Amino acid sequence: MLVYAVKRFGLALLVLVAVSVITFTLLRLSGDPAAAMAGESATAEDIEYVRKHYGFDRSLPVQYWDWATKAMQGDLGRSIYLKQPVAQIIIEKAPVTMKLGAIALTFALVLSIPLGVLAAMRPNTLVDRTALTISVIGQAFPSFFFALILIYVFGVALRWLPITGTDTWWHFIMPAVTLGYYATPAIMRLTRAGMIEVLGSDYIRTARAKGLRPGIVLFKHALRNAIIPVVSLSAVQLGFMLGGSIVIETIFSMHGIGRLAWQSIQRSDFEMMQAIVLTIACFYIVLTFLADLLNAFLDPRIRVH
Amino acid sequence: MAISTSPDRLPDAAEILEPSPAALMRRRAFRHYGLIIGGGFLALIVFVALAAPFIAPHDPYDQELTRRLIPPIWHDKGTWEYPLGTDGFGRGYLSRTMYGAQVSLLIGFTVMLISGVIGTAMGIAAGYFGGRFDMIITFIITTRLAMPAILVALAVVALVGSSTTVVIWVLGLLLWDRFAVVMRSTTQQIRNLDYVAAAEAAGCSTLRILMTEIMPNVFNALIVVATLEVAHAVLLEAALSFLGLGVQPPTPSWGLMISEGKGHMFFKPWLIAIPGFALFVMILCINMLGDGIRDVTAPENRN
Repeated sequence: MLVYAVKRFGLALLVLVAVSVITFTLLRLSGDPAAAMAGESATAEDIEYVRKHYGFDRSLPVQYWDWATKAMQGDLGRSIYLKQPVAQIIIEKAPVTMKLGAIALTFALVLSIPLGVLAAMRPNTLVDRTALTISVIGQAFPSFFFALILIYVFGVALRWLPITGTDTWWHFIMPAVTLGYYATPAIMRLTRAGMIEVLGSDYIRTARAKGLRPGIVLFKHALRNAIIPVVSLSAVQLGFMLGGSIVIETIFSMHGIGRLAWQSIQRSDFEMMQAIVLTIACFYIVLTFLADLLNAFLDPRIRVH
Repeated sequence: MAISTSPDRLPDAAEILEPSPAALMRRRAFRHYGLIIGGGFLALIVFVALAAPFIAPHDPYDQELTRRLIPPIWHDKGTWEYPLGTDGFGRGYLSRTMYGAQVSLLIGFTVMLISGVIGTAMGIAAGYFGGRFDMIITFIITTRLAMPAILVALAVVALVGSSTTVVIWVLGLLLWDRFAVVMRSTTQQIRNLDYVAAAEAAGCSTLRILMTEIMPNVFNALIVVATLEVAHAVLLEAALSFLGLGVQPPTPSWGLMISEGKGHMFFKPWLIAIPGFALFVMILCINMLGDGIRDVTAPENRN
């Protein structure tokens, strides 16, 4: 287990380095940070001065190395626009996005696991078909359109829920639903497939033959095994949600990392964009790493490979 | 000459032989409602998109400020001249929605082609050669998955400057992950089958094995992913355009139309409902088609 964990950790670190290199290169090749810093009214000399002053005239690998050594000490640079350390701003905004992601994932799991179990208990019946149909239809809704529908119905027509902001839990309901519903079909299908497989296995037949109550067989014996792959899928989905939060937070004006990313993109705030991509990638990598470990813990067969 | 005209004619081969796999597949296809409905409506959308210059009642770029925000025909104040009303610039909404299908399909399809070529090449190479090669490609896939696609796309499009071409290339170069993942695992399964070993033993070149043994057998899976990826690309384009960093005005893109209608949505909800519904129907049809093809070509993979 320890060997497995160390290997996985090494891989996770490598992926993080690769992401940082690619993001750095990609952003630098797409635009000119000196021009962005100098502002729109800057002359060619101004831009040249900024380029020299901040070292943007050096070669990319040198600049990356400079950035990476500072990043390892926790200094991700300063925001061009907000004139504050990038890391500090991200830490300030992170709780909103993490709360949003956590609620969205909870919503997705609470909705999709029971549906998946229900569908697996009666495969190819009306229940199963309905669940599948709902998931197919749900997946076809673009999240921003779905968000606008929710705003129109629950925010404006019925006046049940607040449209913008992050002040109370109520503010998180619509954004979390919009962000979470997109993950439900995948989780539902995986739960269903896993449950169908497990319910057909010998130890479930034995458990039933012993005369255990159906509820115990279903939840204690079957679901616990069928849920293992759902754990890693949830981690992956949560990672995607953090990326998708840029659309949702912008629509609902929530002051999290997603909206910060959107604002930074509009302000050509290089250091900020870079740090945000890296932060979200970091979340994703940590989540999948934890999911791998949890999986290996739950299912010893994985450790051997 | 006399064979077919004799009264006790010989039975057709089809009457003696078992139905061929292709015939079985056709039979499954015609019984699959999702495939028929999804494919049928999608064909209709493709037709509307292609025929838009001929069937659209108005020029989608033609602004007429005296005719701003006319409601659609099911409203009291609607007119038949503009069946779906007009937008804030007085442009016919029906015409814009029709041309919007063109934009979505064009972007969805070209993005799928670019990402399909990249992802398929990577996936098949990783699955076929295995070993260190597989390790490297798996690492590249993992790295790509760790990067938030929409964020990176937005940032690059914003820095380079948004245009349809830029959007297509950025999305094409980002969305190859599913192709690579699926092609890799499908190739791995086929790589260990006897006929690949036979071809190797017969001394076929690697290129020939990839082309004549591997490709035809991963093709079904490829078609399914390709279909679903068109939907994925259409959705992402719409999201980028909605955020103002995709297709640029005045091009009629559904995402952009929703974004433009957002300001009026509380009093004139049809401005976002019409393009939103169009987008929804298109994605639904593509997904139904993709799921249908999967069920028909590989019914065992359904669950």
